[in-house]
This record gives sequence, C-alpha cells and structure tokens, in this order.
Amino acid sequence: MFYREAGDFKTSYVDDNQTFPIKFDRYRYYAVLLIAFAIIPFVLNDYWVNAVFLPFLIYSIAAIGLNILVGYCGQVSLGTGGFMAVGAYACYKLMTSFPDVNILFHIIIAGGITAAVGVLFGLPSLRIKGFYLAVATLAAQFFLVWLFNRVPWFYNYSASGQISSPERTLLGVAITGPNAPAWAMYLFCLLFVAASAIIARNLTRGSFGRKWMAIRDMDIAAEIIGVDPLKAKLSAFAVSSFFVGVSGALFFSVYLGAVEVGEVFGINKSFLVLFMVIIGGLGSIFGSFAGAAFLVLLPVFLKNFLVAGLGWPTDMAAHLEFMIVGALIIIFLIAEPHGLAQLWRVTKEKLRLWPFPH
Amino acid sequence: MKLKLITAVTAAMMAAAPAMAELTFSALSYRTGPFASGGIPFADGYQDYFTLMNERDGGIGGERINLIECETGYNTEKGVECYEATKGSGVLVYQPLSTGITYQIIPKATADNIPVHTMGYGRTSAKNGRVFSHIFNYPANYWDGASIAVKHLLDINGGDLSGKKVALVYHNSAYGKEPIRTLEELAKKHGYELTLLAVDSPGQEQKSQWLQIRRERPDYVLMWGWGVMNSVAIQEAANIRYPMENFIGIWWSGSENDVLPAGAGANGYKALTFHNLGSDYPLYADIEQYVKSTGKAAGAGDQIGTVLYNRGLYAAMLAVEAVKTAQEIHGTAQITPAMMRDGMEALEITEEKMAALGLPNFGPTFSVSCENHGGDGFGAVKQWDAAAGQWAMITDFFQADQDVLNPLIEEDSAAYAAEANITPRCE
Repeated sequence: MFYREAGDFKTSYVDDNQTFPIKFDRYRYYAVLLIAFAIIPFVLNDYWVNAVFLPFLIYSIAAIGLNILVGYCGQVSLGTGGFMAVGAYACYKLMTSFPDVNILFHIIIAGGITAAVGVLFGLPSLRIKGFYLAVATLAAQFFLVWLFNRVPWFYNYSASGQISSPERTLLGVAITGPNAPAWAMYLFCLLFVAASAIIARNLTRGSFGRKWMAIRDMDIAAEIIGVDPLKAKLSAFAVSSFFVGVSGALFFSVYLGAVEVGEVFGINKSFLVLFMVIIGGLGSIFGSFAGAAFLVLLPVFLKNFLVAGLGWPTDMAAHLEFMIVGALIIIFLIAEPHGLAQLWRVTKEKLRLWPFPH
Repeated sequence: MKLKLITAVTAAMMAAAPAMAELTFSALSYRTGPFASGGIPFADGYQDYFTLMNERDGGIGGERINLIECETGYNTEKGVECYEATKGSGVLVYQPLSTGITYQIIPKATADNIPVHTMGYGRTSAKNGRVFSHIFNYPANYWDGASIAVKHLLDINGGDLSGKKVALVYHNSAYGKEPIRTLEELAKKHGYELTLLAVDSPGQEQKSQWLQIRRERPDYVLMWGWGVMNSVAIQEAANIRYPMENFIGIWWSGSENDVLPAGAGANGYKALTFHNLGSDYPLYADIEQYVKSTGKAAGAGDQIGTVLYNRGLYAAMLAVEAVKTAQEIHGTAQITPAMMRDGMEALEITEEKMAALGLPNFGPTFSVSCENHGGDGFGAVKQWDAAAGQWAMITDFFQADQDVLNPLIEEDSAAYAAEANITPRCE
C-alpha cells in the first residue's frame, strides 16, 4: 500500500537509476531533508545541539566513512580513532596557521590530509587480510595517538598538550568557539553529513563501489575479472579516511572545542564507530545513520529517563545504562545479524506487499 | 521514526524537570569508570556539605540548595552533555573535577557568564583573573604543587638540590603534563636533573617506567597520577623497594585508596595537600547528626573523613562561602551565576571564618581578587603511616615559589588571551 511501484513508470535511465526509485520513499527522503534543514534549526536549543544532534551527525559521518572500508570493501579497520585524530589535528594546525582561510576549506583539507595518511596505513592491506589487517590498523591507532601526544609541534607547544579551537566564522556567523549559535553549528555539520551521505551513496553504487564489493566478496575472483586490488583497496582507504578525517575535524572544532588526543581519540572511539557500523548494518548508508543514532541517542535517552525521569542515583543509572545498551545490542544482533538496516529493509519489503501478503 | 519517538519522550521529560526556585548547584561527578575510586569520595563530601546546609541552616541565607548530580564518568563528551543539560537550570558554579572537561567548559562558561571553580586542578594560568574572568582555581594549583614539592625537597636537603636526580611519573594527559614546565623552570633555578616518565591512561601498566627508575635510581620521584594509576605506581615502587619517603605525590595521588592496596610497602609515602586531614573537627559532629544519622548521606556514607571526602567538603564549603559573599555584595538571597562570580572574586577565607564554620585550620587562609583568581599557593606535605592506617601532616602550610610561577602564569595566560582574543580586565 505504501511502497507501491505500480503506476510509477520510469521513462529514462536516469529515472530508473535514482537512489530512491519508489515514489513514497523519495518523498519521505525529501521530507526528512526539509525537516532537518528548514524546521529543526528553528526549534533546537544548546542542549539539543550539543548533547544530541552534533554527536549524532558527526558520528554518522565517521560511520559512513568506516562503512565504506569495512562494509563495502571488506577491510577491517580499528584505526578510526587515530584517523579522526589526524583530521582534528590537521584542522587545528590549519586553523591556527591560516586564520584567514574559511573554516569550511580547513575541514575539507583536513579530510584530504587524513585520506593521505589513511592510504599510507592502508598499504599493508595489499598483503594481509581479515584479523591480521585489524591488527595492522590497530598499530595505526596507537601510533597516531602517541605521535600527537609526543610531538609538541602538533599542539603548538601548549603547556597541557590540549588543542582548543579558536573562533572561526562562515558568512559572518561564528561556527566554532564558545559564541557559536546552536543553529549555526547544527547546520554546518548537517551540511557535511548530507554531502557525505550523497557522495558515499553515489560512490558505492558506481564503478568504485562495485570494485570494492567485488574485492570484499572474493578478492581473487575480483582480480581475475579485472579489478585492480591496489587501486580498489587504496581508494577505499582514501575515501573512508577522508570521511573519518572530516568527522574528526568537526568533532574537535565544532563539537568539543578542546581535545586531548588520548582521551577523545583513543581505542574506545575506534570500537565505538565500529560498533555503530556493525549494529547499523555493514554495507548500508542508512545503517551508518541508524547505528550512530542507536549508540549516541540511547545512552542520553536512558540517562535522562533514569535520572531525571525516575530520580534514580546517577551511578546506578550509569551502570544500568551499560547493561541496557549491551543487552539491546545483543538482542538486536540475534534478532537481525545484518543490523538495523536489514530490519528496515525487511520492513519495507513487507510494507510493499501490505495488506496483501501474496 | 525511532529517533522522533526518542526525541519526543526526552523533550517531555525535559519539560517536566523542576523549575528553578532555589540556589542551584551541580555536581559533575564520576561514580563509575577508571577514576571512580577518587570520584566517589569527592562527590560524597561535596554533596554532604550542601545537605548539611539545607538540613541544619535551611540553605544559605534562607534559600534552600538544589543540587543536581550528573554522572560524567571522567569522559569529556559526557561532561559536555552534563554541562549543557544543567546550565539551563541556573547552576551557580561548575566544579568539573576533570582537567579535560575543564578545558572544554572554560570558553563555554565564560560565554554563558557562569563561574567555574577548579580547585587544585584544571588550567593553572586561570589564576590570572585579568584573562580568565570566570575561572577560579583557588586555593592552590598544579604549579604551586610542583613548587611546594621542590621546596620540600630543598628543606630536607638543607636548601641545595644541585646534582640530584628527580623523576616525574605523570599521567600522559593534559593533567599530568601541567607541572612539567614549572619543574623544568625550577630545575634551572635549583640545579637538579629532571627525568620525565609518562604513563598512558588509565595507568595500569607501569612496568617499564618503574624499571627505568630502578635502573637510574633517581633521588626523588614525583607523581602526577589519578585513579588506578596511583595505587599501581605505589605498588610498583614498593616492589622495586624504592625508598618511600623519597616518593612524593600531588594532592590527587594522596588518598587512602592509593596507599592501602600496597599494604605495609606504602609506609612513608608522601603526598601534598591544600587542606587538613581527618574528621576531628566540630563540623563533622554536625554531619553525623544532620546528614549521616538521618540517612541523607550521599553514596554509601562510608567515606566521611577520608582525604578526598574532605576535599569535596572543602570545595563545597568554599562555594557556600562565595554564595554568602555574593549575597552580601548584591543584597539579595536569590543570587544568579553572574552574582556568584562576583562573590567568588571577593571571597576571603580567614582563620576566624573557618573556626566559625567548625573547620578551624582546615585550609590555608587566602583572599581572591580581580587579578588573582588562584589564592596564594599554600600547601603542605603529609605522610602515610601504614601501621596506623592514616595520613599525618609533616609540615605546616607553606607558600609556593611565586617568583618563579608568576612569570610562567603571565606567559601562559597571555598566550591564551592572544589565542582567544581577550583583552585583559581589572584596570
């Protein structure tokens, strides 16, 4: 009834190949964009932006990035935290070295620098696979964090080793720094999220994505049919690291404002983003959003519910939060091993036939 | 859909939160995570003092205190969430108890016109009130701590440290790196040789650092640790039979939790402090009567009189005194965060005041001014007696080397002012 294809005729290849071929789906997508860009900025406040939307949006970018590498190209990576740190520190060095350049470009260039670093650490993937590659990327994680802690040039020789983002504006509105209005930070990140999702979606269904998936499904067969593993794997590392770097740069400059590498970009961050990708659904852009939403919003929701709603002691709520989130992860993965995205896919299939199941 | 549902439910709950009516304080505490062993007693002491004020005095100046606790787990992102969640309810002062969270909220709180008190932690150069208008770190800061430790070493060496080797074992984070600049500066002045040994957070793994100490045999070891790192370090020091009386920790490395696991091996370990020890004060009788026996004690209620409990209590006491000062200045009992800031800037702690509160000689006397947000930098050294199972003060409160520290503070705060475009005030 809802997802009907009947009567929705495609008369050109462009129509036939669009991201949302079903009309209802397409309108839903436009509606989401409209709400996100035109309605939410008017209703949100500091709390909603800083506690809910910014982390959700920024983690979504990171999850999209990691999903390209793990979900589409099949290269397991535990270096996400380290690559986010590269984005953050690149952004910091650019912001302080070239204060006149627009922050928008700083973040994009920071993504580019991270892409280069990602390619460098992706080189081992040409020889090693699976768990062994995970260990190699783990080395990247520890090395990068150590580097940013050890070399004072990266944090401009500040006494504490922290980096903090100075105020930067876009079109006269502060984006970073304490005086940035909530809606501006939100829209700035949303812009990056929307762009990342569209780019990632189109990359993954184009020739690049097909090469990645061929490598993921069977690399020897892919090589035999003419996919160059060198190009495919390294391009996956580059694109993935670009998104991860952008998210790291936003995480530092817009969201936190001050960062200490060991605490913010430690191994926990790598695991968190990896869990988002796994829970959301490997090889799905929607899954990246779903996973980020699940792991960012659920703890905040539980905390508000248990502490503010039920008035429980904060420590008990914090412990319960771990247990509930952990239990839900297990339940979801047992119910649907392919993640939230698969649940959504199944729902759509059912809705397509509903109310006539045959 | 799920997102919207969560959004709607959370919004409903936020709307249902109580409206502001009284003096609101927040406790950004951490009762969970790797640093909970330090976070719990501090949070208990902090809350119990406010409970006592409510139960015994009916609040401060007739206004009851509303304390909002928010769990951060020592995690910066959760700290931001807590700050944003609570600032709307008119919190008078933030005490984040984490250097990372402090660095986050320094610019935010200044923009939001809410004062922050980082007692004995946070950004040292915030002492310069001309640059940091809303940040206070009285009565002592890390650079004071470094200087006090070195001064103590000078005392026991007859005033000469030249040729001695001093090692710093530090938490590899903004917190642990704070004293390095001061120790280097003091090394130039006093001629000792400084070795830096970083320990990665949370600090359970320190074998290689202590192997190096065993090899190089530094004359003294200083430690900037927190949480599990402290007890591991003290255990390792005991294992390599390092002479404990030559091992000095900062005030965050000197609680009962840190020394007890090493048993008799920890005997003689020294630590700094900027407040007094034990529960032998008239105020503790009131806490027993109004808070503990009525079952209103925070947490499990078993921390009363421990080092970190006392510190939390001391922090709350200073906050309450600042409220009283603010109420006097502005002539109203219902103060705002901006008024609280004025109160903190005019705060004066005298011996009479502390005695009147039932805490005679509990901490150093100091006064805050527009230029000086950090007090006078007094601290003392205490030593662990493993047989008795308690700390004992071995010196009086004495002052850090302000001649060395003030230029450093001036330099660091000037750098921050340039970075953040701040014009110094107090002209």
